[in-house]
Amino acid sequence: MKAGKLRRTGGRQNESFLQYVRKHWQLYFIFLLPALVLTIIFKYIPMGGILIAFEEYSPFLGITGSDWIGLANFTRFLHSPDFIQYLMNTLKLAVYGLLWGFPVPIVLALLLNRIQREGLKKKIQLVLYMPNFVSVIVLCGMVRILLSVTGPLNGLFGTSVNFMTIPEFFRPIYIISGIWQGAGWASIMYTASLANASQELREAAVIDGANIWQQMKAVDWPAIRDMVVIQFILSAGNIMSIGFEKAYALQTDMNMQSSEIIATYVYKKGLLDGDYSFSTAVGLFNTVINVILLVLVNKVVARMNDGKGI
Amino acid sequence: MAKGKANAVSKHYKFRNMSAFDKAFTIVGNVLLALFVIAILVPMIYIVVASFMDPVTLQNKGLSFHLKDWTLTAYERVMSNKMIWVGFGNAILYSTVFTVISVFVTLLCAYPMSRADFRGQKFFNLIFVITMFFNGGLIPTYLLISNMGLIDSMWALILPGAFSVWNMIIARTYFGNLPRELREAAEVDGADDLTYFFKVLIPLSKPLIMVLVLWVFVGMWNSYFDAMIYLNSEAKQPLQLVLRAILIQSQPQPGMISDMQSTAARAQLAELLKYATIIISSIPLFVMYPFFQKYFEDGIMIGSVKG
Repeated sequence: MKAGKLRRTGGRQNESFLQYVRKHWQLYFIFLLPALVLTIIFKYIPMGGILIAFEEYSPFLGITGSDWIGLANFTRFLHSPDFIQYLMNTLKLAVYGLLWGFPVPIVLALLLNRIQREGLKKKIQLVLYMPNFVSVIVLCGMVRILLSVTGPLNGLFGTSVNFMTIPEFFRPIYIISGIWQGAGWASIMYTASLANASQELREAAVIDGANIWQQMKAVDWPAIRDMVVIQFILSAGNIMSIGFEKAYALQTDMNMQSSEIIATYVYKKGLLDGDYSFSTAVGLFNTVINVILLVLVNKVVARMNDGKGI
Repeated sequence: MAKGKANAVSKHYKFRNMSAFDKAFTIVGNVLLALFVIAILVPMIYIVVASFMDPVTLQNKGLSFHLKDWTLTAYERVMSNKMIWVGFGNAILYSTVFTVISVFVTLLCAYPMSRADFRGQKFFNLIFVITMFFNGGLIPTYLLISNMGLIDSMWALILPGAFSVWNMIIARTYFGNLPRELREAAEVDGADDLTYFFKVLIPLSKPLIMVLVLWVFVGMWNSYFDAMIYLNSEAKQPLQLVLRAILIQSQPQPGMISDMQSTAARAQLAELLKYATIIISSIPLFVMYPFFQKYFEDGIMIGSVKG
């Protein structure tokens, strides 16, 4: 505090931190505090709870009292026959989902951008964005209805395939319904970027006699390129954090072979079987891989994109 | 865009002025777009129509547009069931409380974080951003909630996710783009930060607040995982859990089908109830949807301006 007093020369930059806090106490104690408290309690305290991944946790002994077993939970998971299967299920679901799903919103936005009549465009957008607001449960309920043995899809082809019980169908169902629900919504940001495309550039391209394909390459693509890069990093970096809710709602006893992903396994092991330590270890394994992937993808994209990652 | 300037462009968009290549390109593109729109609409329309069908007709003949094959049975059965309404009530309660708290806490935090002169900004930013990539995971969070005595309490659904770092970043960017002079003028008038926040900042942030309210509310309304793991009492179940029992687990509420004589009839009816359940649970959404549409692009524009 003394140092602060000495440094005080009247200019704002020279205020000590304490003086600044005293003067702007509201910023810290009213504005920031609620968010900070919530973050510490609900995000950082559970991070401390990760310790149980290295213990044989017993609720009666608590985190500090339980036996320390080091990496035993991790080796148990890595050596179990299920490990490769669940890891591959998670990766395949996410990677195929990304490869099939990522280009669709871009194509939709480019096509939508060519629609000249504003009224029609608005109507199309109304339809495209709607499925995004359907809940996971309703979406999966619809899928189950449409694909049921007596449902309309089987009716259409005169077959009686029970899609929900066949492991090979799980990923296509998951990915196609994901595109159905999310592609329109994901196209919004590309549509917004396209709206900001330079009109002069488009005009010049048209006057130079560029055809639509050449215009898309010269005008539309540069307008959305940054957005495409950002979206790709975000999606690729989040590959391992593929959600629990939808996979669980599309699971049946019969399609487990491809539908059991790490997130659903963590839930079942932890909360249904009560194997807290093991489940936490599996979850931590997943998080760590995710962080590594995010860093790697960011590095690769930064290299390709003149040093600009995010 | 100025009308005169865009003339060359809009003329080019006119189909009859196009070259053969452009015509073909436009046709293929529009067909693709139309197919996607149809693919979205067909399942929705099917479910709406099927929900009015007599279960036996639906199973034997499929959709029918003869009014004699139509019935409101499914709707009567679903709507006369108590649990659907309990679910609606809980979902409204949880989503509203969650939205109010979450948006308020997020906006409060975004204000100091948006100020260039805020001391400690880098440090706090790091604290918040770390939680976007790294977290304790399911079990440690569950144990914490359990130790706090929040099992079977609605606060278990509300408090852990109440502060959203992502939304804070969006709000921070929005605040940061407002003119600096606003705050300087308020400071000259002797307004402290609280007064400035409530009297100047909030009234200027209507688009931001609408977008956040929409996202946060819909997110809570549509989720089921937290409710599934934290809530035990039937009376506290939000709509999505009630729907899950009917749609995913194929366990309709007991009173809905128990009067049917044969197992087959019960199964048919249980199937039909799914259609009506989907429609009833989606009505509030589709009533509000057009009203909110104008905020969608606002939201993207607000969110995409990177800070």
